[in-house]
Amino acid sequence: MEKEQFYYDNKIVKMFFIATIVWGIVGMLVGLMVAFLFNFPNYMEGISWLSFGRLRPLHTNAVIFAFVGNGFFVGMYYSMQRLLKTRMFSDALSKVHFWGWQLIIVAAAITLPLGLTSSKEYAELEWPIDIAITLIWVVMGINMIGTILKRRQRHIYVAIWFYIATFVTIAVLHIFNNLEIPVSAFKSYSVYAGVQDALVQWWYGHNAVAFFLTTPMLGLMYYFVPKAANRPIYSYRLSIIHFWTLIFLYIWAGPHHLLYTALPEWAQNLGTVFSVMLIFPSWGGMINGLLTLRGAWDKVREDPVLKFFVVAITGYGMSTFEGPMLSFKNLNAIGHYTDWIVAHVHIGTLAWNGFIVAGMLYWLATKLWKTKLYSNKLANIHFWIGTLGILFYAIPLYVAGFTQAAMWKQFNPDGTLVYGNFLETVTQILPMYAMRAFGGTLYLIGFLIMAYNIVKTAKAGSTVEDELAEAVPLKKISATRIAGEGWHAWLERRTVLFTVLTTVAILIGGAVEIIPLLVVDSNIPTISSVKPYTPLELEGRDIYIREGCNNCHSQMIRPFRSEVERYGEYSKAGEFVYDHPFLWGSRRTGPDVHRIGGKYNDNWHFNHMLDPRLTSPGSIMPQYPWLIKNDLDISHTTNKLSAMVTLGVPYSQFELDKAVYLLKNQAAEIEKNLRQDPEFVKNYGDANMQDKEIVALIAYLQRLGTDIKGEQTAQN
Amino acid sequence: MLRYIKHHLDSISDVEIYPIISLLLFFIVFVTMLIYVYKIPKTSIEEVSNLPLDNDLNNNSHE
Repeated sequence: MEKEQFYYDNKIVKMFFIATIVWGIVGMLVGLMVAFLFNFPNYMEGISWLSFGRLRPLHTNAVIFAFVGNGFFVGMYYSMQRLLKTRMFSDALSKVHFWGWQLIIVAAAITLPLGLTSSKEYAELEWPIDIAITLIWVVMGINMIGTILKRRQRHIYVAIWFYIATFVTIAVLHIFNNLEIPVSAFKSYSVYAGVQDALVQWWYGHNAVAFFLTTPMLGLMYYFVPKAANRPIYSYRLSIIHFWTLIFLYIWAGPHHLLYTALPEWAQNLGTVFSVMLIFPSWGGMINGLLTLRGAWDKVREDPVLKFFVVAITGYGMSTFEGPMLSFKNLNAIGHYTDWIVAHVHIGTLAWNGFIVAGMLYWLATKLWKTKLYSNKLANIHFWIGTLGILFYAIPLYVAGFTQAAMWKQFNPDGTLVYGNFLETVTQILPMYAMRAFGGTLYLIGFLIMAYNIVKTAKAGSTVEDELAEAVPLKKISATRIAGEGWHAWLERRTVLFTVLTTVAILIGGAVEIIPLLVVDSNIPTISSVKPYTPLELEGRDIYIREGCNNCHSQMIRPFRSEVERYGEYSKAGEFVYDHPFLWGSRRTGPDVHRIGGKYNDNWHFNHMLDPRLTSPGSIMPQYPWLIKNDLDISHTTNKLSAMVTLGVPYSQFELDKAVYLLKNQAAEIEKNLRQDPEFVKNYGDANMQDKEIVALIAYLQRLGTDIKGEQTAQN
Repeated sequence: MLRYIKHHLDSISDVEIYPIISLLLFFIVFVTMLIYVYKIPKTSIEEVSNLPLDNDLNNNSHE
């Protein structure tokens, strides 16, 4: 058959290329701003939209969805066209995907600093943006599947399987985790509550790492490592095993970290075995990537692209070894809530994601602009400064994590805690935080050097927006297996069936998780003394969410002697039944607050929010002066209560009708308490404090964890 | 750890079946695939693994 001529769309690749660099710089810069807040908590001088709790989600969202996301799209649009020997299915869809995705990022960059957040980690964006993400993701999916269907290449290469798995799984995860009831244009409540919400969130959270930060990057590895080394992948057989085992196992590894401890002893052990099993496909993939360079190690010495790939793949191996280790109960007891997790995550992002994207960008720059790289020397400097940056980032945080965990658990012979003041365990690791910020600075400098190098390369080169190519069109062959065709080879040319099977593979894991998860709701014993939040407390809780307090404070006391001694009675599932969304948190930069209610008086909280260093010298918590200036917005209070009723929270008709009245009464009561302090009267005597946001927050904090206190006294 | 949800899942009837189903499914899929993958002829493996290299089978930069 005659060869057909067609053009590859390089323009879309270039657009995503530029976006990757721009958002990479923005995301890392925000990360650095956040890192400096640990050592200089006051340097933002009380600007609400630059406070830690609002910037931290911006950093995570920017590096995950803007930097790594765009990086994935660069590689996907470049490699799919070439692997399938066709232009993308639709130029219009490619453009909609590009601009839609960038608009979503801009929307995130505006709404997160404004405090518009759903509080669920890596899914903080509010409901209108969630819908936009779904639509744009589907646009991408149609473009992807459409391109595969019009291909001129019979077989679908392994990289594309990983792209398909990414598309399908992220769609499923995103939709299920973001089911929420809107209250206003930018406020919603998760339909799940407490334990159930936590399980859905971490089913999502872990698999967002799996299917947004791992599978797409593996797709890039399977295409760009062979390209850069100019030799085929080490073992294609291994890649088939890698793909199916990875997507089959990964989807349930995350919630199993939460779930298996909830099962009988033998099942727990089985659960640990499963998580450990995930090492095998991960390391299979790592070995496959590294051994592709067999016989080409001399090239690694000269070619910066290969250097980046080697460190990236090694980072993948390190973090996928560490992950299963952390799912062992005894190591999890140490690592959870500490900086160990932060270090672990950054090995994955800085080394694995950051370096594979950097290597790919260097390689692509020469292809897209048809010229040599402006400076190999600068690329080598980027490589070394970036690698040093990773080490300076991760090692101090490992030390910090272990130090803090050890300090939290240390007892005196008389049974009291050696470091009873949480703050001591924070000030101890401040030098580590300074070193981490230094490491981050190095990494960003390296990235900026790359940006400069690529701009210079682009200026020296020429632009070819539509690249000519030719290939023989596919002959129509039977949809069933032809003689001598293996079933996987057959499956590889049946795109839709392949996609369906991928979905089935990830849904099996999902179903095994979700079925007990849906049943668990009716299995949580209700505690009769646990009541819904009052209208003022509910408003206070929304301020807690807006300020992102859950980024640094957990609300989950584990049943350890050291935690019960420090914080009080361990948390019970039944206490969270009205928590839409749950606010357990995942990191304790500050102490747990689940039993903070009644621990201090209202004035303490007032002064602490105004300036944490007034009440706790040496604290690294940000100041919240705006809470004292801003009036509490009560225009949605009734709506919020009705939304909660829809979700099954038992508010009475009286509470619904008189929500604002009840709120004002409770606020006045708190102002009365505050006025007992002569200092308060002297400074704020004229202010109508009962109308301010601070009062709602105090009401919420004073309520936290108090519901079961009376019951315990009765039992004792 | 996390004892607070432990017994709530206990009460789901036949909850032990979930990990068993999972393990069995995984093993069946895994072993079948292993055997199948092992049996793919070398020529077709070479053909597909050269796809990124523009399907150029004369490319002798790989051994």
